[in-house]
Amino acid sequence: MNKFPEYFTIWHIAGHYALRLMAYLVLAFLILPILVIIPLSFNAEPFFTFTPGMLSLDPDAYSLRWYNEIVTDQKWTLAIRNSFIIGIAAALLATVLGTIAAVGLSSPWMPFKRLITALLLSPMIVPLIIIAAGMFFFYTTFGLVGTFPGLIIAHAALGVPFVIITVTATLTGFDRSLFSAGLSLGASPVKVFWDVVIPLIRPGVISGGLFAFVTSFDEVVLVLFLAGPEQRTIPRQMFSGLREQINPTILAVATLLVALSIALLVTLEFLRRRSERLRGAE
Amino acid sequence: MTRSEDAVFLKLDDVKKSYDQKSLVVKGFDIAVEQGEFITLLGPSGSGKTTVLMMLAGFESVTSGTISIRGKSINKTAPYKRNIGMVFQNYALFPHMTVAENLAYPLSVRGMSKADQKARIAEYLKLVELDDFGHRYPGQLSGGQMQRVALARAMIFEPTLILMDEPLGALDKKLREQMQYEITRLHEKLGFTVIYVTHDQAEALSMSDRIAVFNDGVVQQCAPPAELYERPVNAFVAEFIGENNFVEGHVERIEGGRAVVSVKGGGQIVAEAAQGLEASGRCIVSIRPEKLFIHPTSHDHDNEIEATFVARIYVGDFIRYYFRLSDGSEIVVKVLNDLSAPEFGEGDQGRLQWLISDSIAFPHDGEMPDTTG
Repeated sequence: MNKFPEYFTIWHIAGHYALRLMAYLVLAFLILPILVIIPLSFNAEPFFTFTPGMLSLDPDAYSLRWYNEIVTDQKWTLAIRNSFIIGIAAALLATVLGTIAAVGLSSPWMPFKRLITALLLSPMIVPLIIIAAGMFFFYTTFGLVGTFPGLIIAHAALGVPFVIITVTATLTGFDRSLFSAGLSLGASPVKVFWDVVIPLIRPGVISGGLFAFVTSFDEVVLVLFLAGPEQRTIPRQMFSGLREQINPTILAVATLLVALSIALLVTLEFLRRRSERLRGAE
Repeated sequence: MTRSEDAVFLKLDDVKKSYDQKSLVVKGFDIAVEQGEFITLLGPSGSGKTTVLMMLAGFESVTSGTISIRGKSINKTAPYKRNIGMVFQNYALFPHMTVAENLAYPLSVRGMSKADQKARIAEYLKLVELDDFGHRYPGQLSGGQMQRVALARAMIFEPTLILMDEPLGALDKKLREQMQYEITRLHEKLGFTVIYVTHDQAEALSMSDRIAVFNDGVVQQCAPPAELYERPVNAFVAEFIGENNFVEGHVERIEGGRAVVSVKGGGQIVAEAAQGLEASGRCIVSIRPEKLFIHPTSHDHDNEIEATFVARIYVGDFIRYYFRLSDGSEIVVKVLNDLSAPEFGEGDQGRLQWLISDSIAFPHDGEMPDTTG
C-alpha cells in the first residue's frame, strides 16, 4: 500500500474512494441519458423501451428502420435541410459580425468598451423567451416573422456573443507590433488585417463560428415564436414529434446529433491545440 | 546652414508631441540627419525618445512641427506609404510565415516578381548569415537569429530610412554585443540611414555617428560619442553618459574660458567653464573617475584636492577607491590594477590630482545630479 502517503488513516483512504465514487456517479448521471438513446434508436419496434429481444441481443430486434424514416419522411428531410441552411447562414453572419466587433473592442482607443461589450453579450444572459417575444413583435413590423432571413438574423444575434468571446480570447495574445510591422513593410491596414491578423486569430474565429452554428442548430424557443411551417428545424420537429407521433425516429435523429456534437467537439479541441502551438511558437 | 534645404536628407523641425493637448511629451525636437548616418536617441524611459521614433514611423501623429525627407514633409503620409523600415524590440516576425515568407512580404506588397523576390531573399539571408534558414518558422529560431531576420526584413525593400526601437533589449549581454557588431557591420556595408532608440549608453557610444541625449522631452545634447563623453554641455549629460564625480563649489572668477572655483569643503580648483556659467555663482565640477589620480602619480596634473579614504573595491582589471571630501560628498577614483595601485588604511588622508582640461564646471541650481545611477 504505498499508493497513499504513510500518514493517511483509514478515514483518509475511505474519503479518497468516496470522492471517486461520487465523481463517477455524477458522470453517469450526465452521460447515461444520452447513451441510452443510442441503442434504443436501433429498436425494430415502435417503442421507447428495450424489448426482450434487444436485451437478449437478438439481431432481429435491431433495425435501421427509424434511420430510414428520417431520410424518407419529408417532414424530417425538410427539417434537416432547414437546420443546416439556417445554422450555416446564421453562423457565417455571426462570425463576420462578431470578429469585426471583437477586433474593434480589443483596440485600446475604443470608447465605452465595457458598455458595448455588455450590450453585445446580452443575448447570452437575457432569458431566451424574452428575446423571442421581443423579436416576434419587432419582426412583425418588418414582415420578418415566418421567413428564413428573420430566423437567420435572430440566430446570428444569439451566436455573436460566442464569436466575440472566442475571438477576443485569441486577440489578447495577439502582439500589436505585428500590425505595426506589417504597415512599416508597406502593406495597407486592410491587407495587414487579411495577411497577418486573420491567419493568427483564425482558430478563435472558427471555434466561435462552430459555437454559433451549434447554438442555432439546437435552438427551439426562437423557432417556436418566429418560424412558420416552412422553417421547421430539427429541434422544432423533435419537439412536435414527441407530442404527436411517438416513435423512435426522434431517437435516431438524436443519435445523429450526438455524433455531430462529438465531431464538433473534436474539431474545437484540435483548433485549440493548434492555436496553442502557434502561440507557443511566438 | 549654407546648403539648400533639399540637401538635408532627414529633417525634424521643432517637432512637438502632446497626448492630452496639455503637457508636451516631446518639447520641440530639431535634428538634421545626413544620408547614411547612424543616429541614436538615448535617454531614460519616458524621456520622449520612443515617441519621436513613432512619429517618424507614422504610428503617432505630430502635434506641431515638420518631419521632412529630402525637403518633402511626410507629416501627412500614411505609415505604409513612408517606405521606412522598422526593427522592433520583440522582433515582430509573423509567426505563421517562414523566414523566407517574412522577407518576401514587403517585396510582394511592392509587386516584385517571384523570381526577383527569390534572388533578393537569398542575398539578404546570406548577408545576415542565415543562408539555410529560409524554410524555418520564427518559433524555431533563437532570439539572436530572430533579430537578424527582423533586421533583414527591415532592410530588404531598401527603405529610405531604418528605425530601430531598442532592438537588442530582449537579448542577453553576450548576444547583444555580437548583434551590435553585426548591425555596425551591415550599416557600414550597405550605408543605410539609421535612427536607433536605446536606453543603454554603452550600446549608443559604440555604434553611433551621433547621439541625441533626451531628458524630459528635450534634447540635452546631440554630438558624436567622444564629444558627448569628453565635453558634455550640462550636468545631466555628464551624469547620464558614463560615470562621473561631482564637486560642489562657488565660482570666484572666469578667466579665458576657465573657472576658478572655491570648493564647498575648502580648497581651490580650476576647471573648464561650461556654457552659461557665471562668475560669483554656484557650480558643480565634474571629473571622470578614470581621470583622477592618487598622489604620488607620474601622470600630468594641475589640480589637487584633499580627501579622506573610505574604501577600496577590487573589480579585476581596475580598482575603485572611495574617498570623502570634507563637505561629505563622495568621490570615486578608478585606478588600473597594476603595481602603482596604492594601499590605504581607513581614515587616511589622500591627495587627488587631475588635469584642468579633464574637469568641467557647470552652473548649479542647488540640486545635485543623481550620481548613484
